[in-house]
Amino acid sequence: MTGTGVGPELIRLTDVDAGYDHEVVLHDVNVHVHEDQFTGIVGPSGAGKTTLLRLMLGIVRPMSGSIEMRPDLRMAYVPQLETVNWDFPVTVLECVLMSGSRVGRVSLPWASKPEKAEAHAVLERLGIDTLADRQIRNLSGGQQQRMFLARALYRRPELLLLDEPTSGVDVTTRHDVLHLLADLHEDGVAIVLTTHDLNGMAAHLPHLVCVNHRVIADGTPADVMRPEVLEQTFGARMEVLEHLGMRVVVDERPEHAMKWTS
Amino acid sequence: MDAILEPLRYAFFLEGLLVATLSGALLGFIGVFIVLRGMSYIGHGLSHSIFGGFAAVQLFAAQFYVLGAGLWGIASALAINAVSRRSRLGADAAIGVITTASFALGVALFARFGTSGPSFENALFGSILGISPEQIIGLVAVSLLAVAFIFLRYRALLFTTFDPGVADVSGIRVNRVEAQLMIVLSLAILATLTVIGVTLVAAMLVIPAVVARMLTDSFGRMLAWSTGIGAFCGLVGMYVSYYAEVPSGTMIVLVGAAVFLVVFVLAGRNRRRRSAGLDPHWEPVPATPSLRS
Repeated sequence: MTGTGVGPELIRLTDVDAGYDHEVVLHDVNVHVHEDQFTGIVGPSGAGKTTLLRLMLGIVRPMSGSIEMRPDLRMAYVPQLETVNWDFPVTVLECVLMSGSRVGRVSLPWASKPEKAEAHAVLERLGIDTLADRQIRNLSGGQQQRMFLARALYRRPELLLLDEPTSGVDVTTRHDVLHLLADLHEDGVAIVLTTHDLNGMAAHLPHLVCVNHRVIADGTPADVMRPEVLEQTFGARMEVLEHLGMRVVVDERPEHAMKWTS
Repeated sequence: MDAILEPLRYAFFLEGLLVATLSGALLGFIGVFIVLRGMSYIGHGLSHSIFGGFAAVQLFAAQFYVLGAGLWGIASALAINAVSRRSRLGADAAIGVITTASFALGVALFARFGTSGPSFENALFGSILGISPEQIIGLVAVSLLAVAFIFLRYRALLFTTFDPGVADVSGIRVNRVEAQLMIVLSLAILATLTVIGVTLVAAMLVIPAVVARMLTDSFGRMLAWSTGIGAFCGLVGMYVSYYAEVPSGTMIVLVGAAVFLVVFVLAGRNRRRRSAGLDPHWEPVPATPSLRS
C-alpha cells in the first residue's frame, strides 16, 4: 500500500496559522495532500487535529498563510459519530441520498431511479443495503459509521476526510473500517483522517502527521512512532515495542498503569 | 351532522374555517424544520417581534402595517440567524434578546404615542371576525410560496437541518438556505397571526411537528403528518371555538394539545423518546474506550 504522497497534489497548506476568536490553535503548518495519500493525523485532544481537517475542508479559514486546492476537487467528509442527532427522522437510504451532486441546486424532492440505484450500490458495497429503510438510531455503532462512509462515497470523492472514524466503535468495527478505508484507497481515493488511537488505527496507516499545535513530524509509522516524537506530540514518555512487525505504543505515565491490591 | 353544517351557513365562519385550516397546515408544514433544528422557541419569539413591528408601523404608516410588520419580522429572523451563527450565543439566546427587544420597542412606542385598535387586539389573541379578502389572498400566497420553496429546496433543507456542518462542505450554501427558511417562516407567522394570534402561533409551529415525530421515523412522512395534524387542529378548533364562543386561537391550540396528549399516551416509550430527542441536547452514542493519550 502506498500513501505517503507522491502523486499529483490536491491540497497544499503553506505557513498556515489557524484558530478561533484570535486564539491560535495551529501554528506554522505546512502540509501537502496528494492523490495517492492515506494519512492519519495524530495528536492529543485539543492539539488542533480537527482544526487541520477543517482547514482542508474550507470550513476554517487561515489567520495567515495560504491554502491552495486543486480546482473542482471532489471532497467528502465523515463527521464524528458523537456529533450527530441520531433521533433525526431519516432512514439510512435517505441519509445517503442527502449528499448527491444535485443537493446544492434547485431539484425535485424525491430521488430519481438512477440515484436510488447508485445509493443502493454503495450501501451494498458497505454491506448495509439490507438496512436501507431502517431509522438511523436503530443501527449499531459500526453500521452508523458505514452509513456515513456510504453517504461520503455516494459523492464519488477524490479526497475523503474523516474525523475520528473509530471513536465510539468496538474493536471488530474498527478493524472493518480500517479495511474498508484501505480498499477505498486501493481504488484511488485519497484519505486523511484524525485519530487518537495509536495502536488500533495509526500504526496501521501508511503515513502519519503528528500534531500538537504545530506539525511535530510526518512520515511512515516507522519514522514517527518513536519515543522522542511521541513525547513531543503527547507530552509524555511512551515506549515503542515491535510486535509481529508492527509498532506498539505503551504509555509509561504512572496514572495509566492499573495497580491492583488484594 | 347538523352541528357540522349549521355554522357553514355563515360566510364569516366559512372564511374563518378556510383560514384556520390553511394556517394550521402551513404552520405544521414549516414547523417540522423549525422543531428538528431545535429552534422551537423561534415561533414564540418571531410572533412577538412581528407584533412589535406591527404596533410600531401602525403608528407611522397604518396603511402599510402588514408590509411593515412583515419586514420587521424578516429583519428579526435574519438577525437571529446571524447572531446565533456568528457568535457563541445559541439560537435560543439570540431569539430571547432580539425578539423581546423588538416586542418591547413596539409596546413602548404604543404606550408613548398611540392607542390600541381592533386590529391590534386581533393580532394579539386571534379572531375569525373581520377577516378581509386581502388576508385570505395573503395566506394563500404565503402557503403557495412555502410549498414551492420546500418542494424545490427539499434536499438542501433536509441536509442543513440534519447535519449543517457536512452540508456546508457538500456544496450547499447553508447560510443562504437558513436565511430563506427564516423569511418563509416570518411570512407564515405574519399571515396566520390574524386567526391564531401572537401569543399562540408558536404552539401551532411546534405541536403538529412533535406529534408527527411520534408517529413516524421518515422525514417525508413527518412533513405529511405534521401538515395534516395542523390542518385538523385548525378545522376542529374553529368548530369548538364557534360553539364555546371563545377566541379561535385558544381552541385551535387546545385541540392541538389534546391530540398531543392522546398520541403521547397511546405511543409506546420508544415513540415518546423520538420526540424527546427534538431538543438540541440529544443523547450521544456511547463511546467505547480507545487508547487515548
